[in-house]
Amino acid sequence: MLVEASAPRKRVEMIVVRSKLPLLRRISQIFFLLLFVALLLFTSLRPSGRVAGDIHMRVPVRLFFEWDPLVAVANALATHALYRGLLWSLIILLPTLFLGRFFCGWICPMGTLQHFVGSLPSEAKRGKQRIESNRYKRWQTGKYVVLIAGLVAAFFGSMAIGWLDPFSLLVRSFGLALLPAFNFAVRALLAPLEHSHYTAVKTTGESLHTALQATVLDFRQAHFAQGLVLGVLFIVILWASMRVTRIWCRAICPLGALLGACSRWSILGLHKDASSCDKCNRCLLHCQGGDDPIGGAPWRKSECLMCMNCVGSCPHESLSFRLFRNEREVASPDLGRRRTLTGLAAGAAVVPLMRANTGLGKSRHERLLRPPGSLDENDFLSRCIRCGECMKVCPNNSLHPTWDEAGIEGLWTPTLVPRIGYCEPSCVLCSEVCPTGAIWQITPKEKGWVVDVGGQQSQPVRLGTAFYDRGRCLPWALATECIVCEEWCPVSPKAIYVEEAEVIDSLGNVKKLKQPRVDASRCVGCGACEYACPLQEHPAVYVTSIGESRSPASQILLNRK
Amino acid sequence: MAGNQHNPDQDVDSQPPAAGLTRREAMLQLLRVGGIAAGAAGSGVWFAQQSRRPVPVRAEQARRDHRVAAVPEWPALTVVQFPVGQDAAGKDPIAQAGEPQLLVQQALKNLGGMQRFVSRQEVVVIKPNIAWDRTPEQAANTNPELVAEVVRQCWHAGAKRVIVTDVSCNEARRCFHRSGIEAATRAAGAEVILPDPELFREVELGGVVLKSWPIFIPFLEADKIINLPIAKHHELTGATLGMKNWFGILGGQRNRLHQQIHQSLADLASFMMPTLTIMDCYRILLRNGPTGGNLEDVSLKKTVVAGTDPVALDAYVAKAYWNLDSEHLPYLQMAANRGLGTVDFDKLNVKFSQLS
Repeated sequence: MLVEASAPRKRVEMIVVRSKLPLLRRISQIFFLLLFVALLLFTSLRPSGRVAGDIHMRVPVRLFFEWDPLVAVANALATHALYRGLLWSLIILLPTLFLGRFFCGWICPMGTLQHFVGSLPSEAKRGKQRIESNRYKRWQTGKYVVLIAGLVAAFFGSMAIGWLDPFSLLVRSFGLALLPAFNFAVRALLAPLEHSHYTAVKTTGESLHTALQATVLDFRQAHFAQGLVLGVLFIVILWASMRVTRIWCRAICPLGALLGACSRWSILGLHKDASSCDKCNRCLLHCQGGDDPIGGAPWRKSECLMCMNCVGSCPHESLSFRLFRNEREVASPDLGRRRTLTGLAAGAAVVPLMRANTGLGKSRHERLLRPPGSLDENDFLSRCIRCGECMKVCPNNSLHPTWDEAGIEGLWTPTLVPRIGYCEPSCVLCSEVCPTGAIWQITPKEKGWVVDVGGQQSQPVRLGTAFYDRGRCLPWALATECIVCEEWCPVSPKAIYVEEAEVIDSLGNVKKLKQPRVDASRCVGCGACEYACPLQEHPAVYVTSIGESRSPASQILLNRK
Repeated sequence: MAGNQHNPDQDVDSQPPAAGLTRREAMLQLLRVGGIAAGAAGSGVWFAQQSRRPVPVRAEQARRDHRVAAVPEWPALTVVQFPVGQDAAGKDPIAQAGEPQLLVQQALKNLGGMQRFVSRQEVVVIKPNIAWDRTPEQAANTNPELVAEVVRQCWHAGAKRVIVTDVSCNEARRCFHRSGIEAATRAAGAEVILPDPELFREVELGGVVLKSWPIFIPFLEADKIINLPIAKHHELTGATLGMKNWFGILGGQRNRLHQQIHQSLADLASFMMPTLTIMDCYRILLRNGPTGGNLEDVSLKKTVVAGTDPVALDAYVAKAYWNLDSEHLPYLQMAANRGLGTVDFDKLNVKFSQLS
């Protein structure tokens, strides 16, 4: 609420009435946290049961990424363009220029989680310690170093900043670790109920399951490579913010740093009435940003999260947020030349060093199978923010975060693991949820694995090429009929063809059977053959990345149909 | 806690006031410790006695015979079709909405009506082929209009529950959705059950090669089962027909079944004996089956073949569309030898109907 105050000395001055601002903030935080969780739950295949037809993502699950100015700025630096909805980030960036980091205090779900955890009672953080820990610390400038390094890296064509972008962190941690763990726990708890001999218990368990299935449970239990690592990392961050309030926002978050730097010129600020302040420290007790709201010290604009706790806790009403105030403050990050240079140097050194390593065109990992629609590796890495949206949405649980397959630089970027799940021929959900265009949005028709009704077949998107291990394949090595791979091959004409052969079994009997072969000119690398192969732990047919259509440098055949 | 009520007045001697217990407190403490010790020992012994080598859950013995008694006045096999030749103007036939529905109606009429197969208050499970993420035009799954009409017929016959389900190969949500079967049969009032990994029960199939397999539970709890396969090309056997549809009741590692496919098919057929089989030959896949995906592989036949003899049905369709004799499909003879039907469909009284 804004109230025009009397304007002495003709200065424009407006007071933001303190009233119930912390309460409003809490409502806003809860709303956006729930929105975030809801969007994450909808980042899955949920076709409507009523009308048949193509399957598309109907819910704007990329919303938070499109609001994220950090993703937009880095994307623009790396690609000299803005992908799809990223222009929406202006709805956060522009108000921040005027109002400061309200986003961190009022909207960001990562901030909300830390805010909540940080206000839990803790042995290590009582009264005096709490006050001390909430005073501004020089290490809070760490996030600006991270930001500078990340943006310089983006300029050099690497979106490594995605490791630390708060939404990437959240979706990756929740989508790939915490939600699957939650799924497992709920199913494990429901199972004894559902298998009970008492009908009443059984029915209760089953109806609970149905209700949860319709809302929070996944259609099936998902598993992800490195789920444990991602989950533990996130829990460590939350634990740390229990010790030091919002340690992530204060010290690491590059988005917070960007918004902090942008709030330099903001017109909204903390007004301190020095005459009525008796240094009771109550404002410090609940300060989220560590921005020195207490009288006497200059307010640090770039650190303040606009949480309004100080205003609400001041017993003398000495604090208020006002527009167009003229007071002593630290407007810019207290970075200094040396730290700025550290950030610049780190960003400038890290990408060339990583690119000087092998990988990326020199010795590409044979099993690095990118999702359909992915750009060629250099362009891919200049866009992928490792958010895990594609992995979360994949209905076959096929996409997993890489460990070293894409090099150190490509840590946690997506790769298809056909043994766990193949790429569904008409599915393009990963390309629809990708916020940055690393997986460029394609239609099932553009994917081209199935000939459309009345349509001409376009050049298909290829993920790689299948090969046989004849030392393990049943008809080749064990004189046994099989060709399940041929049955599953989704393209027409099939990329797997068979040849009738006569083999001799251990008893000396002549057996006629069909031996499979791959026609590389038809294979799209979906991995269905590898998935369906009965030799599950080490399939006799497997897909490698050679021939992937995104990479002109990775082809086998002179002429591929 | 102990010794707090210690009374120094009782210690008349010069000894310092030791923190001793009263007799009552000592007894209580002994009782507590003794109780815990006894509990630990008892539960330890009990758990030790429980130690047995884990054995797999006993598979249930079951043979699912859902057949109804044969009645001489009704044929065991019927073929209903629309004309598919070029019309008077020399144009090729095109698929028309409503035709599959009429085909099913006529086929059921020829067989004596759905009332012959489904009685009041029965639970009917309908098993179409919903194996692949394909549209109806691509003919990899059973025609949705056909399935929906069978659902309606079951309701007319007074069924208590009509369930439509299958254990898909491709991602089940996509298959059920894009095949059009989920939408069409829900609209007809059926319960659509998607395969859930937790809804399988280990069953002793009693086959020659198929011993103990996980079976999707809805198929075990049905009063009547109606098989609704679609006729498609298949590289290994030449064609995939009615009996091959029973792959879709199995869970587990069913990709092993190809190793002895004919024996597996015969085993499955003698485990699961349907009330009725209605084979969708409205569109059939002539090449690149069973997945297809290309309209050039599809041939419009506008035909439904239905009956109570699953062996004759498969034999008829294999001969009619792929010119395969029963020698090419050894599972047919195996099934016939087990008394499931006859491969000599031409010796049966087959009822042909031509619609227009």
